[in-house]
Amino acid sequence: MDAGNVVGCMRTDTLDPTALRADFPILSREVNGHPFVYLDSGATSQKPRQVLDAERAFAERYTSAVHRGAHTVAGEATELFEDARARVAGFVGAQPDELVWTSNATEGINLIAYGMSNASVGRGGAAAERFRLGPGDELVVTEAEHHANLIPWQELAARTGATLRVIGLTDDGMLRLDQAAELIGPRTRVVAFAHVSNVLGGINPVAELVALAHEHGALVVLDACQSVPHLAVDLPALDVDFAVFSGHKMLGPTGVGALYGRAELLNALPPFLTGGSMITQVTLDGAEYLPAPQRFEAGTQRVSQAVALAAAVDYLDAVGMPAIEAHEEALGERLLAGLGELDGVRILGPGPGVSRVGLASVVVDGIHAHDVGQFLDDRGIAVRVGHHCAQPVHRRYGATASTRISTYLYNTADEVDAAVAAIADARVFFGVATEGAAR
Amino acid sequence: MSDLQNLYQQLILDHAREKHGYGLSGDEAASSHQFNPTCGDEVTVGVRTTPDGRVAGIGWEGHGCSISTASASLLSDLVDGVDRERLTASIAAFRELMHSKGALEGDEELLGDAVALAGVSKYVTRIKCAMLPWVALEDALRTSA
Repeated sequence: MDAGNVVGCMRTDTLDPTALRADFPILSREVNGHPFVYLDSGATSQKPRQVLDAERAFAERYTSAVHRGAHTVAGEATELFEDARARVAGFVGAQPDELVWTSNATEGINLIAYGMSNASVGRGGAAAERFRLGPGDELVVTEAEHHANLIPWQELAARTGATLRVIGLTDDGMLRLDQAAELIGPRTRVVAFAHVSNVLGGINPVAELVALAHEHGALVVLDACQSVPHLAVDLPALDVDFAVFSGHKMLGPTGVGALYGRAELLNALPPFLTGGSMITQVTLDGAEYLPAPQRFEAGTQRVSQAVALAAAVDYLDAVGMPAIEAHEEALGERLLAGLGELDGVRILGPGPGVSRVGLASVVVDGIHAHDVGQFLDDRGIAVRVGHHCAQPVHRRYGATASTRISTYLYNTADEVDAAVAAIADARVFFGVATEGAAR
Repeated sequence: MSDLQNLYQQLILDHAREKHGYGLSGDEAASSHQFNPTCGDEVTVGVRTTPDGRVAGIGWEGHGCSISTASASLLSDLVDGVDRERLTASIAAFRELMHSKGALEGDEELLGDAVALAGVSKYVTRIKCAMLPWVALEDALRTSA
């Protein structure tokens, strides 16, 4: 299944978004009488024709049960499914047996948490000892986490008696590494944090946090949802123990994501969901489980979606992650500079000079984020408004909601400028600035 | 008038700023806190009653977008000196208006100036904002009955 030609780029370190846009049918539609300006890729990305075609081509030619049937098409489908795993694993530098398919990143984090929960009630035998939690053990997260990397750990702590500790943030949107060094200690069993915050956009110091965690034998769980789509990421090189990401944020379909784990850990972690196709022997009294990744893939899998996600990483590779990274860095700088010139607009997260991806969340004084978003939507500009599934970080910066502008490989400088201009005009429309004074 | 200007009529922007009825005394007969989990907006509506159980008025507190704030303000203007049955009818009429997808203009008899929110019904993502204080009042009326 060929990803097809990517028209916008010849695998150099630059890309031409205007040419790439031809691959994304939705980007040529109109919204409210304006060309569609999609600046909400941090929530979900658009999908190129190559990905849509891959999913359809699989369904039309290979639909059958993988890892079950003995007929020809089932065999072909299984091969494509496993080939997709190898390609997605390779995209993040991992081996195929280190990549578990999940529905999304949220399910991946829950899988780890529930696996540890199962270990804590004695499942998994001696091999699962290192996942066992009880009173006195500590789980460490950060104040910037998406709810998906917070609530599963709150619940795990509640079920096991472990304590949740939280690394705070500086006023300028950075992790407090001084506090991390104080919090992470001999009691720490897990350190879970986002590679890139979905609100603040700064790239977190993975190496420092991994070193702190591993010094005390704690496991590192990396939420890579906002990094894998936008940066060249080699998970084993980052030395994290587990990582999760979602397909739909990286040009792939919804319903598929991945959990990366070091093979040794995945084979020791008790399964979360149990059922068909994850076992070796089953009696009426119990079951033995397959090695990873199959031990975590109970039931019929999201097969065409996995195949399409492989087409998405092929597309990203064809464009080149370094080129995407550079493109978004330039868009991000333009965005920060433009927003920085507006009065009454506060940017959440680190300012210029700090490594960050091409997104910015802002609070516009005197205008609720929903109203800002409505004004932009009227011009066909799609952004995210609300708390972006991260209430604590908004509370930290004295906001209940913000407006997030997030870019991807298909966005242009003109689109970023249009969003900045619209925010300036929204201030006039809602009466918090006078005409001409806003920018 | 564009859809956007229709949504954000001057009356609505004024109410969002002026917030009629803002403030709770704590001695309300009943109150209800409503929360919109998608944006974090929240409102608490308290119902003041007369000794014989009639509704004397409402107060509210909370924070939200201009639509939910204006909606609470318009609602509090409407409530003064109105009996329960009529309030229940107003809430029903407002709900119907919000779900009309732009087809209704709203019954001014029952809704007063709150008919200015009719434009919200064209924006499916904003209906919840406008409904929030009305749902709170409905809930508070139930518990104060």
